[in-house]
Amino acid sequence: MTDTPETYSAAAEIGAPRTRRGPGTRAWLALKKAPVSAWFGLVVICAYALVAIFAPLLAPHGEAQVFAQPYAPWTANHPLGTDQIGRDILSRLIYGARNTIGIALTTTLLAFLIGGGLALVAAIARGWTDQILSRLVDVLMAIPSLIFALMLLSIFGASVLSLIVIIAVLDSTRVFRITRAVAMNVVVMEYVEAARLRGEGTWWIMRREILPNIMPPLVAEFGLRFCFVFLTIAALSFLGLGIQPPTADWGSMVRENASLIQFAQYDLKAGITPLLPAAAIALLTVGVNFVVDWFLMQTSGLKDEH
Amino acid sequence: MHPVLTTVIQRLALGLLTLFLVSLLIFSAVEFLPGDFTQAVLGQSATEETVAAFRRELGLDQPAWARYLDWIGGVVQGDFGTSFSGRAASGVNRSREVVDLVAPRLMNTLFLAGMTALVAVPLALFLGITAALWRNSLYDRAVNAATLSTISMPEFFVAYILILVFGSLVPIFPSLANVTPEMPLGERIWRCILPSATLMLVIVAHMMRMTRAAIINLLASPYIEMARLKGLSARRVILYHALPNAWAPIVNVIAFNLAYLVVGVVVVEVVFVYPGIGQLMVDAVTSRDIPVVQACALIFAGTYITLNLIADILSIVTNPRLLHPR
Repeated sequence: MTDTPETYSAAAEIGAPRTRRGPGTRAWLALKKAPVSAWFGLVVICAYALVAIFAPLLAPHGEAQVFAQPYAPWTANHPLGTDQIGRDILSRLIYGARNTIGIALTTTLLAFLIGGGLALVAAIARGWTDQILSRLVDVLMAIPSLIFALMLLSIFGASVLSLIVIIAVLDSTRVFRITRAVAMNVVVMEYVEAARLRGEGTWWIMRREILPNIMPPLVAEFGLRFCFVFLTIAALSFLGLGIQPPTADWGSMVRENASLIQFAQYDLKAGITPLLPAAAIALLTVGVNFVVDWFLMQTSGLKDEH
Repeated sequence: MHPVLTTVIQRLALGLLTLFLVSLLIFSAVEFLPGDFTQAVLGQSATEETVAAFRRELGLDQPAWARYLDWIGGVVQGDFGTSFSGRAASGVNRSREVVDLVAPRLMNTLFLAGMTALVAVPLALFLGITAALWRNSLYDRAVNAATLSTISMPEFFVAYILILVFGSLVPIFPSLANVTPEMPLGERIWRCILPSATLMLVIVAHMMRMTRAAIINLLASPYIEMARLKGLSARRVILYHALPNAWAPIVNVIAFNLAYLVVGVVVVEVVFVYPGIGQLMVDAVTSRDIPVVQACALIFAGTYITLNLIADILSIVTNPRLLHPR
């Protein structure tokens, strides 16, 4: 802030040409006022994204490269040791970021595409379309999603593709509920009516009239759904039914190395090794939750503290 | 008819309809199986006759609706069919009744869930209500931060931290919960302490946050403010004005979390190798033993729906507005 004048002059401020703040400036202003927790969340998310993108450059060894010594202790060559068949744990953690986050992100996007799209159609069309879709979602939501996912996985077999599709479809029910609820408030507005009378099609109304007006709650929901999907996939992988080896993934890494915990008394480092991937999962979800909390407070004016 | 009764009957009918549709959905799992799944179950060398006999046993020669009626009729009488595992290509059938597999494990799961709920529900309600009453105090903030971080952790992370600390570093509690039917009650509880504590941490966090939100919402309503401004004592405001309207949200919170408990049990059982229905289901999914998966899914879904239904009905029954219609 080198250009701030030393004395304040009201006349100068009024006389200065009025410039409209761009989106970048506004985002920066909002960020400057953000609480520590939000900053923490943002930093965590950015760090994870960087690690995921540049995984091959950062990882000291290959994703499925096997070394001679299984369960090796922490050394210079293997900073976090090796796993049950001798793969470098640090490398797998780094590649795991790419796989786990990538799959969770794809799933969430797909869920929003399915659930959000259908919800907007239901909100615009109303009548029978809305009734049938809503009742279908009610029934799907009556079964706990982990149980449902387990059942579907037993039919279609455990593979990354079926994992993504199954979780996306199950999660799209939640997206449908919230999108339909917020879209219903917008659909009854005059400007939507005007667009309809103008003769615009369903797709145009969806994209140009409704979507921009329901964006903030959907963005917040995206963060929460991402956390949920991320945790579900981690749980399924942990159960051995999600992402299959040799793909590095945090959930299955915990399962594979869990037996190391019993040696914690003799070597604490070995004991906490299996917890590292789980901690990586927890840190990301905490970060996303903090950012979502802050974002919700920003957009809805909902302030819990004051 | 009393309006409450009508609403309750409507809700019950809706719940039954949901159960029916869900059972239909679970039943249709078999329909989606690839055509050659008999080979996968019986082995590559299965003879024509064995395959034919197996298909007849499953009723694949009958229309789907007849099979559904047969299946659901059996389920109502406690017969879930026979497991896919233990069948040999030669036609020797060592498969077990699904009921025999599920029943003892269901008991174990109910024991674990019940033990957790007994401690977790009162604790969470106490924490939630006190946090709401002393809102924004240091206590409130501390409880809030602690619960937010617990919620964000995967269950197995909480479980392994507990194992690391209490099972390995300071070995006080057993880190394997391998209970057997002949074990005395005290021993059982002792072995279940860590799994139960894991579930408790997760569920208390959820329940406490929901209770707090519900109570804060209630205390902010105008009639409570009115009662306060009238100069009523705090006790009277809480007991006579707030509580009758608080029952519905509290009951909802409890039921929602008990339903959550039923599902959360799956991961925790696998971590602690607890012989419960969750682990049975995971094993059955791995080996693609569809009848067992169906039975477990039906039990989980049924419990979940029933708990939500009970919560719905209780919140209708305790609603003062519906109880005293004008």
